[in-house]
Amino acid sequence: MSPAIGGTLNRVDGRFKVRGESRYSAEVPVTNLAHAVIVNAKIASGRITAIDTSEAERAEGVLAVLTHRNLGRVATVPRLLPSLAGLAAPGQTFFPMQDDTIHYGGQPVAVVVADTIERADHAGTLIRIEYETTPATTLLDQARDRAYVPERIFGGLLPGHASRGDVTKALAEAEVCVDATYRFAPNHHNPIEPSASTAVWEDVDRLTVYDSTQGPNAVQFTLAELLGLPPISIRVVSHAVGGSFGSKAMVWHHPAVAALAARHVGRPVRLVLSREQMFTSCGHREEQEQQITLGARADGRITALRHHKLSLTSPFDDWAEPSLQSPSVAYTSPNYEGVYHLVRGNTITPTFTRAPGEATGMFALECAMDELAERIGIDPLELRLRNYSATDPESGKPWSSSGLTECYQRAAELFGWHDRDPRPRSRQDGQWLIGTGMASALYPVTQPVNPQRARARLYNDGTAVVEAGVSEFGTGVFTAMTQVAADALGIPVERVRFVGGSSDLPNVTAAVGSAGTSAVGSAVHLAASQLRDELIRRAVADDHSPLRDADPANVEVRDGKMVLRDRPDVGETYADLMHRTFAPDVEVLGTWNPPPQDAGYGVHTFGAQMAEVAVDADLGVVRVRRMVGVFAPGRVLNRKTAHSQLMGGMLWGLGQALLEATRMDPRLGRWANASLGDYLVPVNADAPDVVVDTVEVHDEVVNPLGMKGVGEIGVVGAAAAIANAVYHATGRRQYELPITLEKLL
Amino acid sequence: MRPISYSRVADVGTAIGTVSADPESAFLAGGTTQVDLMRIYVEQPRRLVDINDLPLTRVEELPDGGLRLGGLARMSDVAEEPAVVRRYPMVAEALLMGASPQLRNMATVAGNLMQRVRCSYFRDVAAGCNKRAPGTGCSALDGINRGHAVLGTSECCIATHPSDVAVALVALDAVVQTEGPAGRRSIPIDDFFLLPGQTPEREHPLTHGELVTGIDLPPLPVAATSRYVKIRDRESYEFALAAVAVAMSVAGGRITEIRLALGGVATKPWRARAAERVLDGAPADTDSFTRAAEAELASAVPHGMNAFKIELTRRTMVRALAEMAQREGTA
Ligand SMILES: Cc1cc2nc3c(=O)[nH]c(=O)nc-3n(C[C@H](O)[C@H](O)[C@H](O)COP(=O)(O)OP(=O)(O)OC[C@H]3O[C@@H](n4cnc5c(N)ncnc54)[C@H](O)[C@@H]3O)c2cc1C
Ligand code: SF4
Repeated sequence: MSPAIGGTLNRVDGRFKVRGESRYSAEVPVTNLAHAVIVNAKIASGRITAIDTSEAERAEGVLAVLTHRNLGRVATVPRLLPSLAGLAAPGQTFFPMQDDTIHYGGQPVAVVVADTIERADHAGTLIRIEYETTPATTLLDQARDRAYVPERIFGGLLPGHASRGDVTKALAEAEVCVDATYRFAPNHHNPIEPSASTAVWEDVDRLTVYDSTQGPNAVQFTLAELLGLPPISIRVVSHAVGGSFGSKAMVWHHPAVAALAARHVGRPVRLVLSREQMFTSCGHREEQEQQITLGARADGRITALRHHKLSLTSPFDDWAEPSLQSPSVAYTSPNYEGVYHLVRGNTITPTFTRAPGEATGMFALECAMDELAERIGIDPLELRLRNYSATDPESGKPWSSSGLTECYQRAAELFGWHDRDPRPRSRQDGQWLIGTGMASALYPVTQPVNPQRARARLYNDGTAVVEAGVSEFGTGVFTAMTQVAADALGIPVERVRFVGGSSDLPNVTAAVGSAGTSAVGSAVHLAASQLRDELIRRAVADDHSPLRDADPANVEVRDGKMVLRDRPDVGETYADLMHRTFAPDVEVLGTWNPPPQDAGYGVHTFGAQMAEVAVDADLGVVRVRRMVGVFAPGRVLNRKTAHSQLMGGMLWGLGQALLEATRMDPRLGRWANASLGDYLVPVNADAPDVVVDTVEVHDEVVNPLGMKGVGEIGVVGAAAAIANAVYHATGRRQYELPITLEKLL
Repeated sequence: MRPISYSRVADVGTAIGTVSADPESAFLAGGTTQVDLMRIYVEQPRRLVDINDLPLTRVEELPDGGLRLGGLARMSDVAEEPAVVRRYPMVAEALLMGASPQLRNMATVAGNLMQRVRCSYFRDVAAGCNKRAPGTGCSALDGINRGHAVLGTSECCIATHPSDVAVALVALDAVVQTEGPAGRRSIPIDDFFLLPGQTPEREHPLTHGELVTGIDLPPLPVAATSRYVKIRDRESYEFALAAVAVAMSVAGGRITEIRLALGGVATKPWRARAAERVLDGAPADTDSFTRAAEAELASAVPHGMNAFKIELTRRTMVRALAEMAQREGTA
């Protein structure tokens, strides 16, 4: 039996998905269901002065119209903490419809509950609201002078500023300097499934919520605080989730609103956000600007890095996606300064968006590196190699594993990098200017804080159920967990069923920060291994077992049969042992205690990105012709799903580079393109030839299976490689994303 | 969506009778514009009359050698029709470059001509928009207007006409056949689309309940050497930033026949007559193409974010004409 881990097992939920049989949160059958629709503020700042709901209340099928005047109060709004922490994790510390103040465009101001979603939606348009409008800040340019440096960002997990050495002195003494400012349009996640919550009060104080989330437990804990109930009164179920990319990583207001509305009407209530509401209800990647100053010696060795970020946050929270972390450790640089500057504006609190921070921060650094290479006159890849750091430049500790130089090398081979003529505008193909570019990719290995748990139960027919409270939002985690459990138990994958998606199951953290598979995978691995050990222990202690008195260390399991390692003919199956000993099942709870973040190693995932673009010489149209991404994500559980994650990430980077931008109209304080017809993401026709490869690194530090995660590293560096390729093709540096054609006319 | 009543009719007379009798009614063809706009409350009819069963889905030969596209012919069917592909390639190309395969399978050619603008303020019922709510002002004039028009604009409205195929039809002098309470009409396509002027809410000369039954393509040998060039942000499923429909004949290095229209840059599918005048009889070279483009764009008016479209259109016109001339020259 060859190991399942590292293979290409098809997705265990694949059949159900393609047949339309997977049940998403808005599809769970519930009797006596009512539908809620949220009405959003059309202004970005001010106060509700009058609200007339009478016509809406009279509309056909309407059960209730709830506003700040009659919606139940929330008990407490928990503090903002990333859901990786395993506790309550609200997306922002503001809960709407508690008073008459409007803080941002799209803020919920009313909820209509009706017998059908169409009637609820229509009645919502019959509510008359009068506002007193006050001036709003929705663009960085409106409020640069009001910027401040926060003490901490990211829910308090990261410092607002950091430094080492003396960056001012080092820059003054540098032989070469690159100083550049990069601007980034806001981005939205746009998962295919809009967020949805179905709230069912089974009893006065027992609530079940079917919710589309990256973390059922995070929803449970957040609802407990908001509703003032103990966690035992709340069950959160998330059977299938249609993508998230960070929009469902934190807990936003809609599950609690669904619960409050359901309590109000005394019926189960389903609340589904519209596509347009997805642009104002679950955060986004904030508008931002980053300034990089690189100082180097004439040979390219970096002596100083100064990295400042200016971004827009909400009135409530000091949120900035952590753009400075990975760049600060990407290369040896003895002198460093990183500072976040925030401007408060009229926006929902921004949030995690796939590769939160790295996608923008590494873009800035890697474009500046390209400029530095040109300035010094060396190959961009050579510049990276000269600045490769074998230890974490921040702490001086060794990397738990790296593989970065191997990634460069492999990518260069696959791409044919070494034939490159460094001169810009040196290649043409008809009307197309051809260019190539590269970038490094870095993504932190973030460890969960709380213990991760999974339960493994073996039945006496030799099949096993393994459970943990993780949800499947398209990453393939249920498939990978099936493989992990099968290998640890020594049985084929067909005999394992992985069950997740409920807060009643053993607690794991929300699957965020590319850490979902490693967090739950470690727990599953431990649970299944301990279950196997328990059966071996019983066998060697059983007088009737062929393995009696054997040394457990000498017993292994092959295809469900426990055998002596050196005499595989001696042994018995799990099923034989369990039947003989009248054991219907055996069950074990596995707990993985993650190592502390500073366990003596620098922990990061590395990779290399290369891209070839064609730019229409006259018309400015940019088309990406091919991309190569090579990553060192530690142990790969499933090559097929990992490959998909990495490739999808690279295409995200393509979208970030060329297409994705949410446009704010500052006069209205609203997004002007809140639809998938107007917010452009790449389509198949834009997708180039994408080559994905991985470099094996062995990592004993991060977790028992040595996994570092594949969910986001594919995004990092992809946009920079494309922008650098655009420069190589055209001779024009790009300092603003997305690179639309008018910038190249 | 506001509650509606819905009926499905099987003959043209009933369709026209039902809609013209009720001012709050609308035809429903593929629904890809109509239902979309009802969902966001931009259009709020009380009654939808589904015309998909009407026998107007075919592409037929006309006695004069032209071709009639049934008003309810699907975009995808017309794009694959051999007579269209052979005799009017720019029509097939414009159709295939529009929307997505799923939309083209639903959408009809009459519905395509009747589609509404993509201006985000038109689609946002809380924003001022003269086209949607006359007299409320044009939010796009100094708003997010990267996609807006530079030709045919007025101070009341600068929204781009979004259709691709209409651009090719305008170049070909197609004729829109209609039937309404007052009988049948043949409307030259250039008269079918109205400039916004002071009344941007009026987009076409149809009366309420008047049905587009077909679109006639005249017999035009030059149309066999035609193409549609569309420049857009992404490679598929996206409206034009600039588009050119061109049909051209070249003999002895000179342009003997030219039909040219622009899309993505004007408030109606834009017949480039000024450019045609420059090109007619001129040498088929870059100089003529540039002069023609400049003549056409002399009246272009930029509005903030869309200023680049003038230069983009100039270059796209030169590109399309040069490629066409080269193909003609080597043919
Ligand atoms: C996301 C998206 C992208 C798109 N991209 C493009 C693009 O790139 N290029 C492009 O050209 N188009 C594009 N379209 C527009 C699409 O082509 C039109 O929506 C479609 O052609 C409309 O046809 P329909 O049959 O669906 O019309 P409907 O939506 O059914 O009707 C549209 C309007 O026409 C009226 N109507 C319909 N048929 C008749 C008739 N026979 N006589 C009189 N009135 C009639 C209806 O009452 C309604 O007012 C896009 C649409 C979407 C949603
Ligand atoms: S451009 Fe036309 S459609 Fe757009 S807001 Fe102005 S009036 Fe309305």
